[in-house]
Amino acid sequence: MKRRSFILGGIGLGGALIVGWGVLPPRSRLGGRDTLPPLYGAVSLNGWVRIAADGKVVVAVPRSEMGQGVYTALPMLVAEELGVSLAQVLVEQAPIDAIYGNVAVLVTGLPFHPDQENGDLARASEWIVAKLGRELDLQVTGGSTSVRDAWRPMREAGAAAHAMLIAAAAKRWNAAPAQCSVSDGVVRHLDGRSLALRDLIGALREVPLPREVRLKPARDFTLIGKRAPRLDVPDKVNGQARFGIDVRLPGMLYAALRACPTIGGALRYVDPSPALALPGVVRVSTLAGAAGSAPAVAVVANSWWTAQRALEKLRIEWDEGPNAEMSTDWLLARMRGALGAEDGFTFYQRGDGEAALKRAVQLVEAEYRAPHLAHAALEPINCTARMADGRLAIWAPTQVPSVLRHVAARAAGFDADKVDVSVTLLGGGFGRRLDVDFVPQAVWLARDVSPAPVQLIWSREEDTTHDFYRPAAVAKMKGGLDADGAPLAWVTKSVSDAIVPHYVRRTYPALAVETPDKTTVEGLFDQPYEFPHRHCAHVTHHTPVPIGFWRSVGHSHNAFFVECFIDEMAFAARRDPLDFRRRLLARHARQRRVLELAAAKAQWGRVDLGRAHGIALHESFGSIVAQVAEVSLAQGGEIRVHRVVCALDCGTAVNPEIVAQQVESAIVFGLTAALYGEITISAGRVEQRNFPQYRLLTLADTPRIETHLVPSDAPPGGVGEVGTPPIAPAVANALFRLTGRRLRSLPLRLAA
Amino acid sequence: MEFVVNGERRRVEADPDMPLLWVLRDLLGLTGTKYGCGIGACGACTVLIDGRATRSCQLTAARANGKKIRTIEGLGPERLHTLQRAWIGHQVPQCGYCQSGMLMAAVALLAQSPHPSDAEIDAAMTNICRCGTYPRVRAAIHAAARAMRDAL
Repeated sequence: MKRRSFILGGIGLGGALIVGWGVLPPRSRLGGRDTLPPLYGAVSLNGWVRIAADGKVVVAVPRSEMGQGVYTALPMLVAEELGVSLAQVLVEQAPIDAIYGNVAVLVTGLPFHPDQENGDLARASEWIVAKLGRELDLQVTGGSTSVRDAWRPMREAGAAAHAMLIAAAAKRWNAAPAQCSVSDGVVRHLDGRSLALRDLIGALREVPLPREVRLKPARDFTLIGKRAPRLDVPDKVNGQARFGIDVRLPGMLYAALRACPTIGGALRYVDPSPALALPGVVRVSTLAGAAGSAPAVAVVANSWWTAQRALEKLRIEWDEGPNAEMSTDWLLARMRGALGAEDGFTFYQRGDGEAALKRAVQLVEAEYRAPHLAHAALEPINCTARMADGRLAIWAPTQVPSVLRHVAARAAGFDADKVDVSVTLLGGGFGRRLDVDFVPQAVWLARDVSPAPVQLIWSREEDTTHDFYRPAAVAKMKGGLDADGAPLAWVTKSVSDAIVPHYVRRTYPALAVETPDKTTVEGLFDQPYEFPHRHCAHVTHHTPVPIGFWRSVGHSHNAFFVECFIDEMAFAARRDPLDFRRRLLARHARQRRVLELAAAKAQWGRVDLGRAHGIALHESFGSIVAQVAEVSLAQGGEIRVHRVVCALDCGTAVNPEIVAQQVESAIVFGLTAALYGEITISAGRVEQRNFPQYRLLTLADTPRIETHLVPSDAPPGGVGEVGTPPIAPAVANALFRLTGRRLRSLPLRLAA
Repeated sequence: MEFVVNGERRRVEADPDMPLLWVLRDLLGLTGTKYGCGIGACGACTVLIDGRATRSCQLTAARANGKKIRTIEGLGPERLHTLQRAWIGHQVPQCGYCQSGMLMAAVALLAQSPHPSDAEIDAAMTNICRCGTYPRVRAAIHAAARAMRDAL
């Protein structure tokens, strides 16, 4: 209560938010002058900002750039308060420190329904988890939380640095701080004098960190909310951008590996001699399974191609293990069995769903299904490591540097403070690089060839067959309508494996616990539709298939289940799908507005002959998205998506250009899954190995995409993932209008 | 073996079977050209061989011997190529991993067809981008074609 009243009482003149570290919060995220590693000639102002010798502002970004634009959006938060243009900003990857822990990713992982989130229990839990987040030091890029998490601390860091610039200049001029201001990266006095930042470095060393700062009110923003070119783009059009696979160190060797192709299998025997006979080959290593990886055989050589070719010469005998009979059909039968036999965990209920269904005049029932999916980031899994002089250095494209350091230290038998982690650019992440299964492999190879550095690269085939897949899921949906066709009850029970317990077990075994996992039902239990009676339960059914976080996680399939089923109920009620949804959102004006914006911009229902519209609404990661897809069938029944109109309320859009990029990206990602995405298992092995079998959308298949933002000055919502969930149901619902056929299984296939 | 890479004569000792991709990356240190699939399916390794877009993971060093090779590093290092400027103007890249290959494919397309139709872009631009930059790739190619015409 104290904190809350402080913040409310802290709204100062002109709406500026006053933040004081002398009082609160107990664990500040500002950091000190020694949080960032020293840099010659530069001065650190706090854990996020330093001024380089040439006057450039260097912003420490603790999140990984994987295409989603954090190397631009996060510096914008600092630059806004600091009073510099983006052109003056350089980005450096932040070190590992508690101030950079992602609090938002934990808070948003709590299983509270959005309509209950003002409840005391939810608030108390959020507070405890936020505190835990600061202690745990979870430096995570995921859950569409980067901007949400940085929204306060990085603006505060900019404002604190701004106050120090003013104080330093005021001291130099012997003037009152109120007579000084910062604009365009120059400190100015009212009388016209000015000082460039490079001339203030000495003075800045003498200025103490402020005890209190003012954050700008939204109406004074000059950067936030405006389109700005990305800082990482110039190096991404000239080949200079450095991804993990581009790390080059003196004397570096390259490693290729083959991991056990059968899930849960083991290495029985390998004769290394055929590989060792090839010129350029340095050694053959066997690697135990760790952090979720399968046991593997690796070849180290003087080029990656040499290592890969040598690997192909090896005849490896695998012990197939207990899952040699496992197949996708077998898994589906097991899941359906569990769904029928178990009640599951109730994540949400209102009224009495089953009783209300008995009173319903019309009953709608359906079973929906979604397959396993691979991430298929274009940069294959890779990691570079060097073990020398009692230290371990790792260069990796990772979403979790702090988890990586923990796992690397454990694999090496080192203390964490002997492990240096450098995060490179990521050639796509999509949740795959939240896992660190490849890290013990690289560490052990570095130990085997110490002191030489070694770069481990998985082939595309290894990357595809040893992913942590989006879990397969089945859902039984039951809806009841009253005599007027009005929605009365909605009861859902779904089954899938649960990601979080597996993830914790493979990365932090000591913390492993079996708890209900919100990711299984996100997008299913938490949607805003106002049914008088609602029940949402989930049955967790563990399988041996490795599963992980895939862009939008549970939302990716649950949105398909929910939004197609809502369409089914609309059809049963003989209502227009847009109108049916609107009536279910009587008390949710924000959601209704997004839905109506998409419908208006798409001119809902007005399409050429042979085409149809489908609509879907979905709320995820703190944002609301509606999409209208315009679909036709080509000769031969191939599904064509011509145009997607997307409306989005993501609160404050820090950089609307990046938001539009992410919407386009998420739609292409979701459409790929809707039309083609399927990982299948046969004889315990993943069947798809490379792109021809795991097909991805190409330019020719990509629809026109229009993004429309609802203007908002609410705090930012998530952006990177929110466009993915609604596209599959929007397309499926359009196909129903086009063909009368209801496709309830992904990927969408019309052929019988 | 000897190649002309970005206008410079380069000699390398390479296994004749080594694909050009790995010659560029591991022997010549030109890491702008990327490995994505190793079977010529994704296009991340696209370079120009005597002006033609070629998937360098599918061309052995022996067959590339004596050829003129242009990689992303050789695409207007002093002055940005019109396509690079269009790429920046349209804010095409996201993660950026596929973009070298994407740009080299676009360079070859515009050399062959200075004002490509959408259908020609569809046919020529078969590179995979997992971030889904496709709508911006299309827009940037059209913009570059216009800029090149206006410059004449």
